Amino acid sequence: MADPKTKNHIWLHLGLISFTVLALYPVLWVLALSFSGQQSVGLIDLPQDPSFLERFRAILPLPAHWSVTNFVEVWTEQQFGRWLWNSVIISLMTTLLGVFLACTAAYAFSRFRFPGRSTGMLMFLVSQMFPGTLMLIPLFIIIVKQLELGNTYLGLVIVYATTSIPFCVWMLKGYFDTIPYDIEESALIDGASRLTIFWRIILPLAKPAIAITALFSFMTAWNEFILASVFMESEANYTAPVGLRFFVGGFSSQWGYFAAGSVIVSLPVVALFLQLQQYLISGLTAGSVK
Amino acid sequence: MASIRFDKIGKSYGDTEIIKNLNFGVNDGEFMVFVGPSGCGKSTVLRMIAGLETISTGELWIGDRVVNNVHPKDRDIAMVFQSYALYPHMNVYDNIAFGLKIRKLPDADIRRRVQDAADLLGLDKFLDRKPKALSGGQRQRVALGRAIVRNPSVFLFDEPLSNLDAELRVQMRAEISKLQRRLNTTTVYVTHDQVEAMTMGQRIAVLSACDKANPHDTNLMQCGSPMDLYDRPDNVFVARFIGTPNMNIVHARLSEDGASVSSLGGSMPVSTQFKEAARAARGREVMLGIRPEHIGAPHEVDWPQTQSLQGQVEMVELLGHEAILHFRVGEQIMVGRLHSHGRLPSPGDTVTMNLKCEAIHLFDPGTELRLR
Repeated sequence: MADPKTKNHIWLHLGLISFTVLALYPVLWVLALSFSGQQSVGLIDLPQDPSFLERFRAILPLPAHWSVTNFVEVWTEQQFGRWLWNSVIISLMTTLLGVFLACTAAYAFSRFRFPGRSTGMLMFLVSQMFPGTLMLIPLFIIIVKQLELGNTYLGLVIVYATTSIPFCVWMLKGYFDTIPYDIEESALIDGASRLTIFWRIILPLAKPAIAITALFSFMTAWNEFILASVFMESEANYTAPVGLRFFVGGFSSQWGYFAAGSVIVSLPVVALFLQLQQYLISGLTAGSVK
Repeated sequence: MASIRFDKIGKSYGDTEIIKNLNFGVNDGEFMVFVGPSGCGKSTVLRMIAGLETISTGELWIGDRVVNNVHPKDRDIAMVFQSYALYPHMNVYDNIAFGLKIRKLPDADIRRRVQDAADLLGLDKFLDRKPKALSGGQRQRVALGRAIVRNPSVFLFDEPLSNLDAELRVQMRAEISKLQRRLNTTTVYVTHDQVEAMTMGQRIAVLSACDKANPHDTNLMQCGSPMDLYDRPDNVFVARFIGTPNMNIVHARLSEDGASVSSLGGSMPVSTQFKEAARAARGREVMLGIRPEHIGAPHEVDWPQTQSLQGQVEMVELLGHEAILHFRVGEQIMVGRLHSHGRLPSPGDTVTMNLKCEAIHLFDPGTELRLR
């Protein structure tokens, strides 16, 4: 134990643990809140003159009583199921549309030489540099006023897909660039058309990158709040994040429902991430060349 | 079965001509090797045959049609890439079957043909493995299998053995040669290794880059059988490129009657094959070429007409069965050959070597062409 190296490790680990606690604390608080069965932000009511131990107990993310009533009520007495369903549809459509368009675009950017190729990639990058709220008004004019897609799934899907595509294209292009062109030429001589090569050679090899971009597209749509709150006017069309805000808006402060809702909302993302993780492996092209 | 013919083929990027004035052919069923240093355009020419590279000028014939604008898949060719270019997400069976599936052959037919190819190449135990679970030699065989299973009329090989280790390379060299003889398919094989070219090719096309150092109006330096290239190189480039160690090339002058040539401090009679050409060029400067195996120690060789060369040893390379001797004659470094089991000279020693006069090659110093 006197080994100076071990000592260094202790400090290192203490540091890392404290940062981990710092990062997890809010999440744990929300978890505790959701299982507390009450609606206030605090977990424990402090007595008039609290002792140190009571104060310490109050900041621990543990509910006074364990209960699942928040989950049950959020599901049965609120429209939360409906909002969640809206989010699922919109996010899945966004993922499908976004990933499909990003794949085809990235393949073209990676493999073909055409005028505007580098400018196009640059424009994608530039579009990422503006804050989303800046786009609110122009997007509102285009989607709601001109296309009259306000308060519809399609309106949000179009906006989400277009905002996620630039990142996805960069991501996928970078990956396609690493797939040796020899493989495609070989397939070309084997008699495959460009489309066949794209579907049967390139896409299977790009699974890791597609998994990442799918996750990204899904989360773009799943977590987005501002655009959804502006575009979706009727309560029935709210997405989950807008719905969550509804619990703690100007007229109500149902923090228990909010916490339970948040936990429910985060579950699909966690599940999706675990599901896609199996594709996040390197070396899919191993063995092809050399 | 098909022959290939290049008719004034050229390719340029902007103002840069990289392939110029190619005029030659590959016969039906022939094993033709393209050989040349890197950058000579040999792979580009191969890719032109494959249809992966456009042709700027001239006509390329495969069989009885011009294929300049024919899609690769319609040229009835198969190609083996240097990098193998296997489909990493498919197992060996699917890799070999891919081309047949694309062409929508009946399943039973595909199975039979893949099985036949796998048997031929010794791959039948590996059919359900992914490429990454195979050794380099096995991957190479899968690439071969993918080519032969389609039974194409032309095989194209782009330096297929350069990623293998030396032992495997020799083995695969023999296997590919055997396979080609057995299938009797027209084959074009690209390599930078002249040993590969000499051992595999029925005919060899020696290519050189089309740059300032190339005095000829084409990339094609010479096309002929291996021994043709070795015994009668058309120009200095081929003379230097074919054969290890390289041919010695020195300046020389023909005598006034053209019967002898003087160089390296002596005078040598011109060999029979150059008699007429030397008379026509009498009194002129020439380039004299002599292969290292035609310079030997006096007690080790028994040649009718020799010229004795005296010089200082620069370096001795011992190869086991023989030794390569580098020695200086005047300004010129000459390379000769010794049997390694005799007493070998050391650097700095003075040696006397014999040059075989009958084996001299003569070239024009201006055009670098063989005198004829």
